[in-house]
Amino acid sequence: MKNKFLKATLAITMVAALFSSCKPKNSGDVVSGDAAQKAYVAPGKYDEFYNFVSGGFSGQVSVYGLPSGRLLRVVPVFSVDPQSGYGFSEETKPMLNTSHGFVPWDDQHHTELSQTNGEVDGRWLFANANNTPRIARLDLKTFKTAEIIELPNSAGNHSSPFITENTEYVVAGTRFSVPSDNANGDVPINTYKKNFKGYLSFVKVGKEGQMDIAFQIEAPGVNFDLSHAGKGKSHGWFFFSCYNTEQANTLLEVNASQKDKDFIMAVNWKKAEEYIKAGKGKKVSTKYAHNTWDEKTHTAKSEIRNEVLVLSAKELKDICYMIPCPKSPHGCDVDPTGEYIVGSGKLAALIPVFSFDKLQNAIKNKQFDGEYDGIPVVKYEAALHGEVQKPGLGPLHTEFDGKGNAYTTFFVSSEVVKWDIKSLKVLDRVPTYYSVGHLCIPGGDSRKPFGKYLIAYNKITKDRYLPTGPELAQSAQIFDISGDKMQLILDFPTIGEPHYAQAAPADLIRNNGQLKFFKIEDNKHPFATKGEKEAKVVRNGKRIDVYMTSIRSHFASDNIEGIKLGDEVYFHVTNLEQDWDVPHGFAIKGADNAELLIMPGETCTLKWTPEKVGIFPFYCTDFCSALHQEMQGYVRVSPAGSSVPLTFSLGTNLPATK
Amino acid sequence: MYKLSLFIVALALFSSCGKKENATEDFSTGGAATEKTTDPSTYDPNRGLGKYSTVELGAQLDAAMAGEGEKIQSVKCSACHKLTDEKLVGPGWKGVTSRNKPEWIMNFITNPDPMIDKDPKVQAMLELCMVRMPNQSLSDTDARNVLEFMRKNDGVK
Repeated sequence: MKNKFLKATLAITMVAALFSSCKPKNSGDVVSGDAAQKAYVAPGKYDEFYNFVSGGFSGQVSVYGLPSGRLLRVVPVFSVDPQSGYGFSEETKPMLNTSHGFVPWDDQHHTELSQTNGEVDGRWLFANANNTPRIARLDLKTFKTAEIIELPNSAGNHSSPFITENTEYVVAGTRFSVPSDNANGDVPINTYKKNFKGYLSFVKVGKEGQMDIAFQIEAPGVNFDLSHAGKGKSHGWFFFSCYNTEQANTLLEVNASQKDKDFIMAVNWKKAEEYIKAGKGKKVSTKYAHNTWDEKTHTAKSEIRNEVLVLSAKELKDICYMIPCPKSPHGCDVDPTGEYIVGSGKLAALIPVFSFDKLQNAIKNKQFDGEYDGIPVVKYEAALHGEVQKPGLGPLHTEFDGKGNAYTTFFVSSEVVKWDIKSLKVLDRVPTYYSVGHLCIPGGDSRKPFGKYLIAYNKITKDRYLPTGPELAQSAQIFDISGDKMQLILDFPTIGEPHYAQAAPADLIRNNGQLKFFKIEDNKHPFATKGEKEAKVVRNGKRIDVYMTSIRSHFASDNIEGIKLGDEVYFHVTNLEQDWDVPHGFAIKGADNAELLIMPGETCTLKWTPEKVGIFPFYCTDFCSALHQEMQGYVRVSPAGSSVPLTFSLGTNLPATK
Repeated sequence: MYKLSLFIVALALFSSCGKKENATEDFSTGGAATEKTTDPSTYDPNRGLGKYSTVELGAQLDAAMAGEGEKIQSVKCSACHKLTDEKLVGPGWKGVTSRNKPEWIMNFITNPDPMIDKDPKVQAMLELCMVRMPNQSLSDTDARNVLEFMRKNDGVK
């Protein structure tokens, strides 16, 4: 297959491909001469795109510049972050609350930028948590996690957080089907077929971005893997790939790979909305957390909700349709016109491309091939536009360049393949280093891709960089796709294990009203200290509240006495600075949580329970001025029952003369 | 392997001389802020650098404005400046309105960074204090009210 293809390509590519095939483990040499120039962004100059990359098992989202591959920021989302205090400060702890209590870690797989009319709009970024099912929304003015909603009746929130073209909904499909939350879950595991269900959640997104689960669809118990919304003509539909339609509950590697075809489930969500209006939804009791960040109080709030609206796919027959798709499909991607739906069967030797128009006709004319657990199965050929023959091994994901081309990653044959959507002909292929998973083209799953760069996020790194022992960073590669042939221009290591990523033109984000600091006059934190005059220490039983300020370069107060063993001390530190990039840190000896990193105008709280009698220094951890090393203070801790009075001061507790 | 190396050399040569028309365009139109280069001889040490050329002061104190200014002072200024002539982090405020023109004060408190780089008085002060005065993001009204409070502190009735 590879040789045939090579004959048909230009000599220059032949040379490169021959070289790499005879020496596959050291392939840096396929880079051509002007690659460095294409990836070079001069010092002090900005990148052309922001790249929002999922962190995988780090639980966070990292932000890179393209084409330089420079790391701009890591935004804490689903995992605690001691360097910023996220998940450790009293204000941020509620963000990680769930129906299972406080969860300090998750597995973050996919990111999705908000869209208007099918185009990336630069307002928010959505991120999924795979392990304890949740969706987060990041505000791209502050690059902070603004909201997290938990998904009931779900496990392994994998086919998420994909959105409809006006960000009406962000969806979530369960990868691991499980008994529903309100059913008795204490059942034998081998009753999967009877007791396990797959739930698809449609989360409504409000004008200010606020998320609310509008409804869930109860579907057969299978593994829902990935999804994408219809767009343009197919707006109103959502497509979910599903595997394990064998409904195996053990040794899935073998038992979920039996059938030649699994399904892409097409969901008519406008129809679902009609059924809800007609009162066909059932209110089902459950329990899930909804956490929101308030930018005025600099504090998160967590609410537990107790009910969700469920529609049955079996009973309401014209919401869901199964499209047969070979074999154990993973990626489920819709082209910019909304006409073509690409299913990538991990174990298939071809890529099926479905036609939305043909699907609609097939449904209209009832070209069905029976039912799957009560859901009509559309005839494969009736919905099929065509198949890309022998594209490579192990197709996973597809993105689009807006010029009629699709780019699919192949894990097993470790390559990206460019093909023509209409003619289904393979146009080009490039090796990746090694075993690519997801890929990203800026706007590549929207109606308006910016088909200039393609980033491959690889699953295996091996010898790509200097060795760092058994554990290695993941590798990513940037390709220039502006010409007919894809050209490798840069390698860069990444944080965690990236899965999907999104990218947007830099101007769209940096001109969206980026916040540089929080206005101190708008600070409504209940423990804010607005000016050093208000600095104080208040005892209320065993609770001590320290109202503290920081400014270059001292804390007020910086001498505190009269704390006793058994007290719980809350340091509420307000950063009085009002300029960009002047955070102050706060750390105290023996704290069993983390530090605080306080942005200008913000108030953050660190809880500290002293365990020993003595003097405990605290200091600023973020180098803030020439006198940063002087930015420190002391807390005196006395035994329980001590008569040392509670005092606090700055600049007055002068050295004792005796 | 030797032949292959030749190929690679040829490949590199080909692509480096054959792709000129595809040279990367400069997308970084908006790079990081570059320092504005102004001729030091045009710097007016009486006025400072900023949006204010002249600031009209009333013959008498506007007590209401001074009151507003004091509120701002307590949140945004008092951590570093005493109202006496004693230095804390920065210099004390006593006499500040007689040492400086009102437009200089208005420019400095709304636009400190460029003035720290240019102004001889401020540079001398920086050597003493070692801390660059932060931009505390004062609005025009805030700044004017703070100036009125400084006047009050200097004894204007």
